[in-house]
Amino acid sequence: MGKYDFPDAGGHFGQFGGIYMAETLIPAVEELRRQYLHFRDDPEFKAEFAHELKYYVGRPSPIYHAKRLSEHFGGAQIYLKREDLNHTGAHKINNAIGQALLAKRMGKKRVIAETGAGMHGVATATVAARFGMECIVYMGAEDVQRQAPNVFRMKLLGATVVPVESGSRTLKDACNEAIRDWVTNVESTFYIFGTAAGPHPYPMMVRDFQCVIGNEAKVQMPELIGRQPDAVIACVGGGSNAIGIFHPYIEEEGVQLIGVEAGGHGIASGQHAAPLTGNAKVGVLHGNKVYLMQDEDGQIIETHSISAGLDYPGVGPEHCLLKDIHRAQYVAIDDDEAINAFDALCKFEGIIPALESSHALAHAIKIAPTMGKDKVLLVNLSGRGDKDMNTVARIKGITL
Amino acid sequence: MSRIRNVFAALKQSGRKALIPFVTAGDPNPEKTVPLMHAMVKSGANLIELGVPFSDPMADGPVIQRASERALAHHVTLRKVLGMVAEFRKQDAETPVVLMGYANPIEAMGYEQFATMAATSGVDGVLTVDYPPEECAEFVSVLKRHGIDTIFLLSPTTEPARVQRVVDAASGFIYYVSLRGVTGAANLDVADVASKVAAIRQHTALPIGVGFGVRDAATAKAISEIGDAVVVGSRTVQEVENSSENDVVANVGKLIAELRSAIDAK
Repeated sequence: MGKYDFPDAGGHFGQFGGIYMAETLIPAVEELRRQYLHFRDDPEFKAEFAHELKYYVGRPSPIYHAKRLSEHFGGAQIYLKREDLNHTGAHKINNAIGQALLAKRMGKKRVIAETGAGMHGVATATVAARFGMECIVYMGAEDVQRQAPNVFRMKLLGATVVPVESGSRTLKDACNEAIRDWVTNVESTFYIFGTAAGPHPYPMMVRDFQCVIGNEAKVQMPELIGRQPDAVIACVGGGSNAIGIFHPYIEEEGVQLIGVEAGGHGIASGQHAAPLTGNAKVGVLHGNKVYLMQDEDGQIIETHSISAGLDYPGVGPEHCLLKDIHRAQYVAIDDDEAINAFDALCKFEGIIPALESSHALAHAIKIAPTMGKDKVLLVNLSGRGDKDMNTVARIKGITL
Repeated sequence: MSRIRNVFAALKQSGRKALIPFVTAGDPNPEKTVPLMHAMVKSGANLIELGVPFSDPMADGPVIQRASERALAHHVTLRKVLGMVAEFRKQDAETPVVLMGYANPIEAMGYEQFATMAATSGVDGVLTVDYPPEECAEFVSVLKRHGIDTIFLLSPTTEPARVQRVVDAASGFIYYVSLRGVTGAANLDVADVASKVAAIRQHTALPIGVGFGVRDAATAKAISEIGDAVVVGSRTVQEVENSSENDVVANVGKLIAELRSAIDAK
């Protein structure tokens, strides 16, 4: 393939992406774009970002060879990029730090965020505390219930958590409410958006901040095994952990990229959160044009996933492009398969993964036995599972 | 000659300002929409803004969000909204109708089909909240081919350099959002609106409608002295929400009549 260079100046990844925003917010995203383009190449900004990642987040995150897991399932060797070991327990902190540093330079003292599983909310609350900013987190009322430990964490960190009762009371509705807050308080407020979607420059900016994952992996894998992996596997909701590990590998043609969406009760059931695998139509939501789960009249439909962090009807624009140009492949893992993978990692490796990351792991477990022992799968273990104790207990019929 | 242009030209000649109420199509139920439109015209509305319900109305405050939810509970689709406009046109050939909504229902239908059906139904203009001019050149040209105006928003935060780009893409009229925030927010700063509208007039000869935050006769009057049209959204929808199904048409008509007489008062 030719040189991969996206997005264009207007934030387009082929036909996807762009700036589909109400006029009231256009000046805000435009200002954000200008500031980001300025600071991303600023040596002082880069140095501060690198410093925070090293001394506050604890990077680089290690890559771990899951030997017992690999042996149990047979076939390809499974390696885990341990984003779960980051401060706050997921990859979300990488992006939250980057955007908070930008907010600081833009003189914004109030930050807002949307959150699904709560990991981005926790990351944002964390950096707001770290940098002395006021923090408001919008969270779907249903997610507030199923992710209660994270709600408590955010409150401990000084954030205000606002349960969103409108619509399906999940991540997309939290996004709507955060956008409404931003429209209302645009001059004082920086919107720390959690995934590689939304209006330009967010998909590009979030990707850039998350690329630390893939950049590290590209150095670590040769150190460990003398070469790059055969495939990189990551879960995709909005797709920030996936694009962070995929992007540095895009021009490494020997490395297969596999994004794993939430299959929910199965693609055929219609109750899933897999716009790419489920062949959703192209649509416009939350400021960008992407593959989007919708009914025939263009209303956004309610999604289902066991994992709140993947329970979103859209997906970042760069994943839409990577699907169309066949550089990445997208598959779905259903709820039961994710739970099985969750159990397996607990049992064989002593690692409790997030339900989101369990989807990526489940796909690795599925394909490893079909591959030779000399093949290597690198799974982005994007977060840890402590937050999911209530959900998993409920599924297993246990009262905590 | 477009209905929108006719209306503004006629009002200008008689020295009056346009009153543009907004209702969400299908709220409180699909049977009430056309009677509401006729009642508003009878009470002095010059142009009707008809909201197309959407599952994720990001730019709207709670009042219009709830209207969207009520309409969607009755499965009001974009096609059905166009049907309502066609029904309205059977008895009213003059009053312009502008659809206001979000991009995705139009994306799902496809530009060409939407424009064809909208033109056949008697739609005069389309305001799509999340289509800034940068993202909808093709849409604008398809609508233009079918004789439909594209109305764009300008906001207090729009930078002067951008105003020109927006008005260049616009036709029919300009909708100036008089407040920061979502629809239905409070506290209108009339002096600020006046200076912003004056600045916009430097860039365009199109009529300027002002909306967001018009909540009573007094604000309607104040705004009518600045803009060419007063857009009343959340206040109208609130009246729909607070009325029983039997009274809704009469109550909304009464509200519009009050606003009309406030605007016309010398």
